[in-house]
Amino acid sequence: MVTRHGGQVSLRGATALIGAADTAVGKLPGISPTALCAEAALAAIADAGLTLDDVDGLVTCTSMAEPHMYHAQMMAEYLQITPRYCVTASAGGGTTFSVIYQAACAIAAGMCNTVVISMADSLRTGLSRDQAKIMQSSTGHAQFETPYGSTVPGYYALIANAYLHEYGATPEQFAAVAVTARNHAALNPAAEQRTPITIDDVLASRMIADPLRLLDCSLVSDGGSAVVLTRADRAKSAPHAPVYLLGAGEALSHEHISQAASLTTSAARHSGKRAFEAAGLTPSDMHFAQIYDCFTPVVLIEMEDLGFCPTGLAGEFFAAGEANLGATLPVNTHGGLLSHCHPGNPGSMFALTESIQQLRHAAGERQVQNAHLGLVHAQGGILSSHCSLVLGREETL
Amino acid sequence: MTESAPKPVPRPSPETQPFWDACERGELTIQRCEDCQNLQHYPRVRCTSCRSDNLAQVAVSGLGTVRTFTINRVPVSAAYAADVPYAVALIELAEGPCMMANILHCDPERVHIGMAVQITYEPRGEVQLPQFKPA
Repeated sequence: MVTRHGGQVSLRGATALIGAADTAVGKLPGISPTALCAEAALAAIADAGLTLDDVDGLVTCTSMAEPHMYHAQMMAEYLQITPRYCVTASAGGGTTFSVIYQAACAIAAGMCNTVVISMADSLRTGLSRDQAKIMQSSTGHAQFETPYGSTVPGYYALIANAYLHEYGATPEQFAAVAVTARNHAALNPAAEQRTPITIDDVLASRMIADPLRLLDCSLVSDGGSAVVLTRADRAKSAPHAPVYLLGAGEALSHEHISQAASLTTSAARHSGKRAFEAAGLTPSDMHFAQIYDCFTPVVLIEMEDLGFCPTGLAGEFFAAGEANLGATLPVNTHGGLLSHCHPGNPGSMFALTESIQQLRHAAGERQVQNAHLGLVHAQGGILSSHCSLVLGREETL
Repeated sequence: MTESAPKPVPRPSPETQPFWDACERGELTIQRCEDCQNLQHYPRVRCTSCRSDNLAQVAVSGLGTVRTFTINRVPVSAAYAADVPYAVALIELAEGPCMMANILHCDPERVHIGMAVQITYEPRGEVQLPQFKPA
């Protein structure tokens, strides 16, 4: 349970993820993002062996395709529940895990006992042309970046070129990240892209923003995903093996890429260190890692910053197949944003539900053998804000 | 917004108005803290180093090097369609601070990290948008 040492509250093992569910992903023109969010929440609650009456906390993120100013409150109304803790997460890839951290704090502080975190969007079929434009133009500083016409892949390409230049890395190493993700997606019936690809396929795909090619970029999808987080003492009666939150850490270094002190390292160094320290564990203790993969080079920088690979050498790790299932450290076992799905802000939720399945030993063909501990990491902005979570089975408490 | 929406035009704020006024005169400026000599860009109400509000907008050389770049093959909107492919770069000014710009008057395929560049301006709506070209 919650303990204090050195004035800091320890959350290690204080909360557990007991429910997890994904909706279908891909092209879903027949269902609104609001409905996807509701369906994901209800499925996760059912998976936890609970009903809506058992939930006293709700966290959602707003949808680009169906925006609401106060989204979580709207979802509570839609579901006809009145949670004591009701929060709309702002946005961005890293937000997904930071709300898990914050929900754990809310539970530890006694604000609520059981929180459902549900996120969905329809970026593939639900955006009007104006909404798509607003989404692109809301990235970047309005006076000092946006006028120069960069796309989101273009902003990340600035990082990619700096990485190639600084470390002598190669586009083939970027491609190895995409190939690894696709290999894992091929084993995942829920993944959007399952046809195996080769390094040559990636290198032959259309250039989007040099050096990033189409297959270096994540998908654009519709879909929703939800989890249920509860107090540890309430987790024991859940129908599936609880997955405990052992450590969490957040960090940021900038918001706009033109303000970044470094283009090839990130605040993941600090978020990872904080999460591992809170868990009392190290990177080498992890049995798998789910690493935010909006674009292939981001995975390499994060792997290095989190301590899984020496600086500048993550490309060699992927090229040597060490991130494959059955190898040194399986990465993005569901296929990631590159091959499983990427509906925008909810994207990294699927890495969390995958981690829960892995730690329940219910991941089917893509199960990491004897997985007891895993790390999930996400970032938002342009390599700006980061959140890392260390998760474990009961025997790791 | 319609398909024919023009390229976005920077809208100055009270902190940034002196920067854009200087661009209008063809002068690239950044902020200097008069207390600790820290140089910073974009303009802010306080020094990012010592938090002083004793800041001056001072002229810089307009010279810099390409810190990193990309060539956008896909336009961000229809307004940029005629520009494809276009280079977007981060420029490290000779004085230190970093700014984003396109590299104009240059085949984008020739842009490279470490390339020496100098300031130029592009009329954009009511402002003169700072841009860079090969030095």
